[in-house]
Amino acid sequence: MSVKTLTINNTPVAAEEGKTILEAAKEAGIHIPTLCFLEGVSTVAACRMCLVEIEGINKLLPACVTQVTEAIVVHTNTPKLQEYRRMVIELLFAEGNHVCSICVANGNCELQNLAIEVGMDHTRFPYRFPKRSVDVSHPQFGIDRNRCILCTRCVRVCGEIEGAHVWDVAQRGADAYIVSGLSQPWSEVEACTSCGKCVDACPTGAIFRKGTTTAEKQRDRAKLQFLVDAREKHEWTR
Amino acid sequence: MDLSELLKIGDREKKQQKSIRVHCCTSTGCQAANSLSVKNNLANAVQELGLSDRVEVVGVGCMGFCGRGPLVQIDPEDILYEVVTPEEAPSIIDALSGGVAKPIQGNSQHPFFARQMRIVRQHTGKVDPERIEEYIAVGGYQSLYKVLYEMTPAEVVSEISKSGLRGRGGGGYPTGLKWATVAKMPGDQKYVICNGDEGDPGAFMDRSVLESDPHLVLEGMVIAGYAVGANHGYIYVRAEYPLAIQRLQKAIQQAKKYGILGSQIFESPFDFKIDIRIGAGAFVCGEETALIQSIEGKRGNPVPRPPYPAESGLWKCPTLINNVETLANVATIIHQGADWYASIGTENSKGTKIFALTGKIRNNGLIEVPMGISLREIVEEMGGGVPDGEVKAVQTGGPSGGCIPASMLDIPVDYDSLSKIGSMMGSGGMVVMDRATSMVEVAQFYMQFCREESCGKCVPCRAGTVQLYSLLDKILNKQGTQADLEKLETLCHMVKKTSLCGLGISAPNPILSTLRYFPEEYQELIPAESLNGKVRHGSS
Repeated sequence: MSVKTLTINNTPVAAEEGKTILEAAKEAGIHIPTLCFLEGVSTVAACRMCLVEIEGINKLLPACVTQVTEAIVVHTNTPKLQEYRRMVIELLFAEGNHVCSICVANGNCELQNLAIEVGMDHTRFPYRFPKRSVDVSHPQFGIDRNRCILCTRCVRVCGEIEGAHVWDVAQRGADAYIVSGLSQPWSEVEACTSCGKCVDACPTGAIFRKGTTTAEKQRDRAKLQFLVDAREKHEWTR
Repeated sequence: MDLSELLKIGDREKKQQKSIRVHCCTSTGCQAANSLSVKNNLANAVQELGLSDRVEVVGVGCMGFCGRGPLVQIDPEDILYEVVTPEEAPSIIDALSGGVAKPIQGNSQHPFFARQMRIVRQHTGKVDPERIEEYIAVGGYQSLYKVLYEMTPAEVVSEISKSGLRGRGGGGYPTGLKWATVAKMPGDQKYVICNGDEGDPGAFMDRSVLESDPHLVLEGMVIAGYAVGANHGYIYVRAEYPLAIQRLQKAIQQAKKYGILGSQIFESPFDFKIDIRIGAGAFVCGEETALIQSIEGKRGNPVPRPPYPAESGLWKCPTLINNVETLANVATIIHQGADWYASIGTENSKGTKIFALTGKIRNNGLIEVPMGISLREIVEEMGGGVPDGEVKAVQTGGPSGGCIPASMLDIPVDYDSLSKIGSMMGSGGMVVMDRATSMVEVAQFYMQFCREESCGKCVPCRAGTVQLYSLLDKILNKQGTQADLEKLETLCHMVKKTSLCGLGISAPNPILSTLRYFPEEYQELIPAESLNGKVRHGSS
């Protein structure tokens, strides 16, 4: 294995070959905002929050999937990128029905945190107020699709870590939604082991534990990483 | 089978063919206009008039002049009949023995035909697409034989590179470079994919090629397979093209029977099999990474590139993915030579391109023209211009392309010139618009298309196209403000710069190009009171 040296925001960084720009930046203490990215599961580069500029490359590239190459010069926080990130968050807020004040994830929500981080005080796009479904048929959990941002973390943790593949995406475009089983109510999906990993993975309040109310959602995010490490590195203690 | 046997099949077929061949179009367009009944009545008339010894009626592929179908053409005299009805059809046969033909006689010397240069469509309208023997009789599969016995894979790749052929699906990536990349990738298992998921509104070039000359595409695929070291190919066709699928299936069966597909092709050590995969109706599956996901049986969502399919494609193997029209050029390049092909077209765009000429234009249909021809020649001379009106704009490249204003009609049609002015070659849709067309409505139509066809994976495309569409809606309803226009442009650039795949990246093009060339049409829709950015009811 060889090591590549590159520059991120004027800081020289060394990273092992095969590492992504996101990993290299994290190691060097440089923060790149992410939303669909989740440690331990596959990357999809769907939210576009982690787009970075690389000198000499015309395209913006997602840091979560772009591998480091020798001598590249990366910029992660240019005014252009800040503007695009803010617009992504604005589009997400306008697209769903995100009402923080009555949400279980209030104060503990990655979408909310990013909105604060990118300085989104309002969205310049009109709210769409979509009519989306809520499924609380499961005895322990519920899904409120009004709060879903289609990051597909639930799909990936369920399929890749739990191996149950309860969740997937149905329909397309603005009509796309997270579907359980073969479009059955959650409680009727026999594959569901009620492990709750989707609750831990969900960045917003879309998937929640029943009984939690406003601002009460807690996540055990370390559990996912622990499971992956246990499986891959045989580290059995937390 | 060796070359002499192949030639023998061709000769036998030529001998069997009657001296007068009545070609009746049986492609989807003409079938919809009842051409199958026309063909039946023609054949019956031949029987009744006792002309079977010298006349035969052949169902052929698309002749191109689709707006005037059903078409019947007679060789060797080259007489063309347009809008033939089943009732009038027998009179065409009658005319062969002295009678008078009732249907309208077309002019095969019209610029619509005369200005064309047919490479991909050289056999269409002349051969029966359902019989491999007819394809062999016009020299079919000889290029494949030549490649297998006289050329190394590297020589084939270099021949394609030298020809200057570029991807006909729209991107215009150099085909030879793509082939070379796949050929040089290590790995025992490689694949060739033929992208037949044509979905641009108003475009039907690939459908026509697949329906009219399926063997030409198959031959191109096998040659590609040999060149890059693949032994398995997939043709991905959309389900909306049932006739193309049916003819491809038949073509594959016939080629297998003759030992031209399958194991030990032409008794050489080279194996190649071709399977058909049918798309389920998503436009985005024409995007190569989504198409590969779809073949793998997954949801047709694009995935980030790199890695490009040439490196890691179908089932993570190196994969060559080319458009139907690109592959249909291959056999002729091998046959006629790269230098010949490179002599056609402009410096950076070689060969010919098929366009589907539609919209407000006199002559609707498919044309194959050499690269570098001016848009004006296509629209005014070949297309015959706008009936009772003037051209306002020409839209090329479908929902990914842009609108070219009438003042720029003298632009040469090639990859670089079109992209320089904010449109693109695209797969070949060419929609002509007249003075009565609202360009803002056109932009909205394409944005509606992209909004509905977005897969929903990445945020800018999923949510951005929705907002772009509703902004246009607001403007068209005269509710827009100057600020909305600025917002429209800002959002266009954002969607273009940040989307994951080609669909989102190019989705704003119709808006951006109309904003650039027809800004007055947007301005006219903004109420005067709001010019300072305030909405009408907001001002006191």
